[in-house]
Amino acid sequence: MPPNVSPPPHFRKPLLETPFHARARELAQTDHFLPWAGYTTVEVFTSVEQEYFAIRNATTLYDLTPMVKYRIAGPDAVDYLNRLVTRDIRKLKPGRVSYVVWCNDRGHLIDDGTVFRLGAEEFRLCTAERQLDWLLDSSLGFDVEIEEVTTEIAALAVQGPTSCFVLKRFGLAGVERLKVFEIGEYTAGGRPIMVSRTGFTGDLGYELWMRPGDAGSVWDDLMAAGKTRGIRAIGSQALNMARIEAGFLLPNVDFVNAEHTVRVGRARSPLELGLGWLVEFDKPHFNGRRALLEERRRGLKRLLVGLDVSGNKPAHNALLYAEQAGRREVGSVTSALWSPTCKRNIALALIEAPHYAPGTTLWADIYLNRELVWERRMARSTVVDRPFFAPDRRRATPPADR
Amino acid sequence: MSDAGSSAATRRLDCIVIGGGHNGLVCATYLARAGRSVLVLEAAGRVGGAAVTREFAPGYRVSAGAHLLHLMPRALMDELGLAGQGFTYAGRDLPTTAIAAGLAPLPIGAPGQAALQAVSPRDAAAYPAFSARLRRFAVALYPLLDSIPPRLGSDAWTDRIALLKLGWRIRTLGRREMRELLRIIGMNAYDLIADELETPRLQGALGFDAVLGTNFGPRAPGTVLTLLTRLAAESAAGSSPLAQPRGGLGALSEALAKAAVAAGATVRTGTRVARIRVQADRAVGVVLDSGESIDAGTVISNADAKSTFFKLLGTRHLDTGFVRKVDHLRSRGLAAKLHLALDRLPSFPGLPIAALGGRLLIAPSLDYIERAWDHSKYGECSSAPTLEITLPTVNDPSLAPAGRHVLSAIVQYVPYQPAAGWAAERARYTDVVLATLEAHAPGLRSTVTATEFLTPADLEREFGMSGGHWHHGDLAFDQFYMVRPVPGAAQYRTPVTGLYLCGASCHPGGGVMGLAGRNAARAVLRKAA
Repeated sequence: MPPNVSPPPHFRKPLLETPFHARARELAQTDHFLPWAGYTTVEVFTSVEQEYFAIRNATTLYDLTPMVKYRIAGPDAVDYLNRLVTRDIRKLKPGRVSYVVWCNDRGHLIDDGTVFRLGAEEFRLCTAERQLDWLLDSSLGFDVEIEEVTTEIAALAVQGPTSCFVLKRFGLAGVERLKVFEIGEYTAGGRPIMVSRTGFTGDLGYELWMRPGDAGSVWDDLMAAGKTRGIRAIGSQALNMARIEAGFLLPNVDFVNAEHTVRVGRARSPLELGLGWLVEFDKPHFNGRRALLEERRRGLKRLLVGLDVSGNKPAHNALLYAEQAGRREVGSVTSALWSPTCKRNIALALIEAPHYAPGTTLWADIYLNRELVWERRMARSTVVDRPFFAPDRRRATPPADR
Repeated sequence: MSDAGSSAATRRLDCIVIGGGHNGLVCATYLARAGRSVLVLEAAGRVGGAAVTREFAPGYRVSAGAHLLHLMPRALMDELGLAGQGFTYAGRDLPTTAIAAGLAPLPIGAPGQAALQAVSPRDAAAYPAFSARLRRFAVALYPLLDSIPPRLGSDAWTDRIALLKLGWRIRTLGRREMRELLRIIGMNAYDLIADELETPRLQGALGFDAVLGTNFGPRAPGTVLTLLTRLAAESAAGSSPLAQPRGGLGALSEALAKAAVAAGATVRTGTRVARIRVQADRAVGVVLDSGESIDAGTVISNADAKSTFFKLLGTRHLDTGFVRKVDHLRSRGLAAKLHLALDRLPSFPGLPIAALGGRLLIAPSLDYIERAWDHSKYGECSSAPTLEITLPTVNDPSLAPAGRHVLSAIVQYVPYQPAAGWAAERARYTDVVLATLEAHAPGLRSTVTATEFLTPADLEREFGMSGGHWHHGDLAFDQFYMVRPVPGAAQYRTPVTGLYLCGASCHPGGGVMGLAGRNAARAVLRKAA
């Protein structure tokens, strides 16, 4: 904000607009907007099906700017992050990204996010929700600086099987050499752009980080470069379909920030959420380590797993039973989807021990509203591994030129 | 004492106690008696922490921190065998006298009944009953001080039994008394005292005991709790507990150290611990300032919680939530210490010579104390501070050259960091305190030959107490018993295996009491059993 311009009264405009908002506004035919982390963002541009299929068959643009971004830098930045998250950050090399989770003292998940190592002592942490109080309290005793830089950086996810081709045509020479979870610095038309090969779709894709002032022209140039490759802007609904297929978790859907839970027993540990592979007990102390060791020793009470549900009706919010008669409740569905790509009815579900072993048969109690008449189905379901969809093109370097 | 290094080399030590304060020494003695090999490491050149006697002007010595002994249970002192270690009293059953400019001194307690009768027949009738009731409560609560607090939300039978015992002790007071205890325990001292008594000087004297060393005025909620805690400890220290060790409080510390050595512990002074060593999430020893590393199976810290966790251990070994709680511990000290070297014994108008050997309180009313506190809230030094004055040389002439005297006063409330800064404020404020003394003992200023004023910041620097707080953190409901200093470290154990606390940060808190040290030793031994 220039110093001599007074800001608009915040109560008049409670939601901020991202630097891509003007472009999104033009394309949002159905006018479906949604607040996310203080910004107004698009839920659906045209139709969710069109947008979903663009993710799996073409190239999509998704405005990531509201993603909360923290700059973490200083001589103790590595030690600080290593104490904060469950993965061993010492292994993360400059120019690489890591998917991480962090816990409270009880080993319960606060949030997940990505850590970008931008230099020896400089990192960027991206999260879906604001965490500054926890991050600052965690910094006591560490020589580290933490500041939120969300508004300083515009971010755009470019995802889909033709995304690499589109980025090359857009002007990012050499982007095809970028490996999964790698960061590259590029210049396109005089605009410095940082690219990371990361995303939330489980498909080939990239995320572009740029100056807010460049956002509009980058969007326009990408749209032009992708014209022959079916490029399309997508909203959060289509993205949500793709992330369920990829088996990724969404805060407040598949888990609740442990520091926000009010009721006893609602907080979840990363082990319970099937994220045990992110917990590295061999490294020095990290938040929740003692509680997680104890949990591992005692055995898991519940586990988030994939579910293959019979039929084609998504098992939204379904309770799960051990037998068809529906007497013994053993869990519930957190996310559900008829997967157009897998041609399977899939779900993520939190299931109590011992019913979470792969291959276990459970019964999903599905309620269907058919023209205002409610029907109930007991659908046979099988516990399966995640992810449901993981195409080879996601990892291929260089990606196929199409 | 210098052979500790070689013994550590030949056989790994069981226990290291960081800090040779009174609690650390008590803890070491009990551990050594249970057959543990124990090494006490004290940074200063002598043991005692803030319970030391030191020279503040050539030939004049004084107890630099607490200047009276009244909280240490007699049974504990007997168990430690302090009499056999050369510990003697210079004075016992010392009187307390409330003094106020322009009014006759008022002796407090049983010896003052006649004087009180003359001032207020109503109070003369009410005070003994009130005092006796508080004492009954204090006696009922004492076992609470002398035991490891139960854990909150625990299913273990030891924790449940401890809670049941506490409830039972309160219940056995009888229905009426139990109700009265539960009615008053969360109250403020001001209301309780003003309900029962009318004489401002008597009210002030009782109110002073409720807030000594804390960051509260008598109107703050929870000050009845602090009063009862003090009375509970005193109930085990004798019927008339105020005492002065011969040679000052430092002599008590010397005797405690001798008891520890007699029990088999080793005490190394002038040995500062730089940090606690942690391996595989376990405390395995310490590293000294000199770089020397000493291994031990258990490390027990006599330092306050903030110093232990933040300076000696390091937050990287702890979870954020725990660190947050420790960081939020309220430990800003508000008590300062004034030491004066005097040419001759001062004279307080109307005060009998015998009373000079006791403690003199300048806290002439509850409002006076409250106003003194009000200033400190805003970083100001009150122009009318409350004072607890002793003249230790009356009972123990060895502390000063022949015929000369020492005045030792606790000054409340003195902010940790005055808004104007201590560099600018020190001389001015020392003058304010001297003027207050002069108003009560005319002519005193002209007899002063040397002055030492220790602010809370000075006490922090000299004795390593965070915030210069006498109790290593306020005694208040949210920092008391099973949540003292913080949940997760309230049973003397810490989140790091093998690391314990034994200082005043722990239940039952500060003052020269020694119970935290004994309870901590029990916790260490219980864990090992």
